[in-house]
Amino acid sequence: MGMVTMTELHKYGTRKFIMPGTAACPGCPLQIGMRELAMALDGKFAMVIPAGCSSVIPGMAPYTAYTVPVLHVPFASSPAVASGIVRAVRQRGNEDPVVVWAGDGATADIGFAALSGAAYRNEDILYIMADNEAYMNTGIQASGTTPSKAWTTTSPKGKTEGRKDVALIMLMHKVPYVATASIAYPMDFIDKVRRAMQVKGFRFIHLHAPCPPGWKMDDAYTIRASRLAVETGMWILWEYNQGKLTISSPSVPYKDKGRRKPIEEYLKLQGRFSHLTKEDVEEIKANVDKQWDLVLRLTEIYK
Amino acid sequence: MTSQISLAKQVRRVLVGDHAVAEAVKLARVNVISAYPITPQTLIVERISEMIDRGELKADYIRVESEFAALAAVYGAAVGGVRAFTATSSHGLFYMYEMLWWAAASRVPFVMAVATRVVGPPWNIRNEHSDLLTIRDSGWIIGMAQSVQEAFDMTLTAFKISENEKVLLPVAIGLDGFILSHTAEPLDIPSQEDVDSWLPPRNPRIPYTIEPGGEPITMGNMPKNEVYHALLKKYMDESMENAKKVIAEVYDEYGKLTGRNYGPLTECYRCSDARYIAVSMGAWSGDIMGAIERLRDEGYPVGLLRIRYLRPFPEEDIIAWINGAKGVIVFDRDYSAGLGGVLASEISGFIPSNVSFEGVLTGLGGFDVSPDEFRGIIKEFIDKTEREGPIKIRKYWYIPKVEG
Amino acid sequence: MGVAEKLKGLLLSTPAEGAGGRTGTWRVYRPVINYSKCTKCGLCWLYCPENVIDWLEDKSIRVNYDYCKGCGICADVCPVKAIDMVKEVVV
Repeated sequence: MGMVTMTELHKYGTRKFIMPGTAACPGCPLQIGMRELAMALDGKFAMVIPAGCSSVIPGMAPYTAYTVPVLHVPFASSPAVASGIVRAVRQRGNEDPVVVWAGDGATADIGFAALSGAAYRNEDILYIMADNEAYMNTGIQASGTTPSKAWTTTSPKGKTEGRKDVALIMLMHKVPYVATASIAYPMDFIDKVRRAMQVKGFRFIHLHAPCPPGWKMDDAYTIRASRLAVETGMWILWEYNQGKLTISSPSVPYKDKGRRKPIEEYLKLQGRFSHLTKEDVEEIKANVDKQWDLVLRLTEIYK
Repeated sequence: MTSQISLAKQVRRVLVGDHAVAEAVKLARVNVISAYPITPQTLIVERISEMIDRGELKADYIRVESEFAALAAVYGAAVGGVRAFTATSSHGLFYMYEMLWWAAASRVPFVMAVATRVVGPPWNIRNEHSDLLTIRDSGWIIGMAQSVQEAFDMTLTAFKISENEKVLLPVAIGLDGFILSHTAEPLDIPSQEDVDSWLPPRNPRIPYTIEPGGEPITMGNMPKNEVYHALLKKYMDESMENAKKVIAEVYDEYGKLTGRNYGPLTECYRCSDARYIAVSMGAWSGDIMGAIERLRDEGYPVGLLRIRYLRPFPEEDIIAWINGAKGVIVFDRDYSAGLGGVLASEISGFIPSNVSFEGVLTGLGGFDVSPDEFRGIIKEFIDKTEREGPIKIRKYWYIPKVEG
Repeated sequence: MGVAEKLKGLLLSTPAEGAGGRTGTWRVYRPVINYSKCTKCGLCWLYCPENVIDWLEDKSIRVNYDYCKGCGICADVCPVKAIDMVKEVVV
């Protein structure tokens, strides 16, 4: 299957998958991610959206900014509701994608049981965890994917816990497709969505979505930060597809520690890390190395 | 409206209440069932699983990881345009509490059976009505069966009531844990062909469907004006009022189909010449009827108002039946902490000040109350009223002494 | 009116522009495109969170200032720095 190109995407040049004039913060990564998702699916899908920023971004009834059928659902319920919807629409002969668009809070924390249930049942849904690394909609509280040492309103001195690795947890549920992605690598993300669509069953994509207000960052830097996350090796782009786990091409150069940009470049963009000491930064670097080690070993296991 | 309905061919079987509910689910040709076990409802989902494996029912059977997921999944299936069902009890019902409200206010039709059970601690699998009653504010239509036959009938009619375009609210059917769920009684079951002629498949267009490639509608984003939400509540209320008529229509048709005619929202046993009315719901109504028989023999002019549907609240029926009564005694197999019996508190507002009233709290924790004990309680109430004039006893706790 | 009809516009919403308001009024800076520098690569269109940039048929760029929030991502991602973020002037 061919890779997507800007030439191909040009056909969406004036198409509004999300209508302008939303309630999103300026620079919102979720908007960018959802547009990319919609391009990958040619706008033909339905979404189940649990409580989070995306419940509020589309604006107020009687109108919505989203142009596909959407069911807003309670915080913990999206994987279970999606399980029901997909069974129903498949029975009625509809084979098009049912997508859960959920944040890190809804996925890693309150909805974890439902996520695990839907994954182990191999429900035919595409689950996108749009990870802005905190409970942003309620005003920046720490979640299960907030990185350690990050400032949030519930961890003002820096979070003491680490991150749950939800993508690897999904891998251990033996689902057919798991990948990480980043909004700053749209071609990689779109290709992954399209490859996921070739597979039936539970497909999980962990999408990195740096949030300017939540990370205390200039709202022009959303893409810059997303890129630096990959270029410093802090965010590893990988893909597991039916037995084979590979490092995605934008992350391949950073297998080599020496080619990774200095972590400080990524951290200094973000006010949520402004209190970090030298020791903290060394600890973060060590964790990046460990994560690379783990993922690289997994590529050996899932050859 | 359906045309001439003819009497169905029916087969007599002996089934426990849970299995009777499963039979109704099969005959209703439910498309999606979510299954999570909890005593005393488990037999329902187990039997449905067997039916699907034997090819008797073609449906998606989702082995969910919790009751919260059980309701979320059938809610999703209903939004996806098909007929859906699940079952639960006490703690499981509470675990899905958030979803119950969301589902009702989403205005999609589906059905749930609740085998009523005590809520702990301490752990207790016996029967009490408190669990079912906690959902009375949620927007669910709530029915409670007295017999295995009625549990079957109520489950089957629930789909037609729920999917009616003037109603569009989910329906919960209660059956007493163990007393009905695990007790075998004979019942008559109509044939699949006869049920098909009366119950058409779910129409996904009513009221809406969220499906990929479908109408680009969104369900549930914030309203621009809070008044919208108030209007939605008012419309829900209108639908609840409509439900009173729809329930009557559905049972009228069902009566022609099966020969079984129920008072739609309530039934009153020996009330036409009663001066005293007892009120109850559920299986023990049969025991209270036994007590009524004995009291009648003793010359007490008493009848039993049995509530079949608690929501929509059968206000008109209650007012009509207690009109002219000298006293009303309500039996609650539930307790609302700090208040008293739920049925008693809902009915007491309709009792004029010069009418005697007593709310009896008994059978809690699942202990049995015999017809003779009911007789004693009602007799005491009537005797006291006759002696002293109207009495008002909000909470009459009837708890027998425990042996050694 | 049936229940289904009554739900429209209250429980059920339909797509429209400006569902979150006239967000162009949020702006403190506005993106100004230097058309002589612009290479029509389309990256600003790709990354615009608010979908207010059109990448037209001839690949030229047009900004919808009714809704542009002035976040500055377009200027930040432009590979040839053809977009300047200019302070909004209050008239």
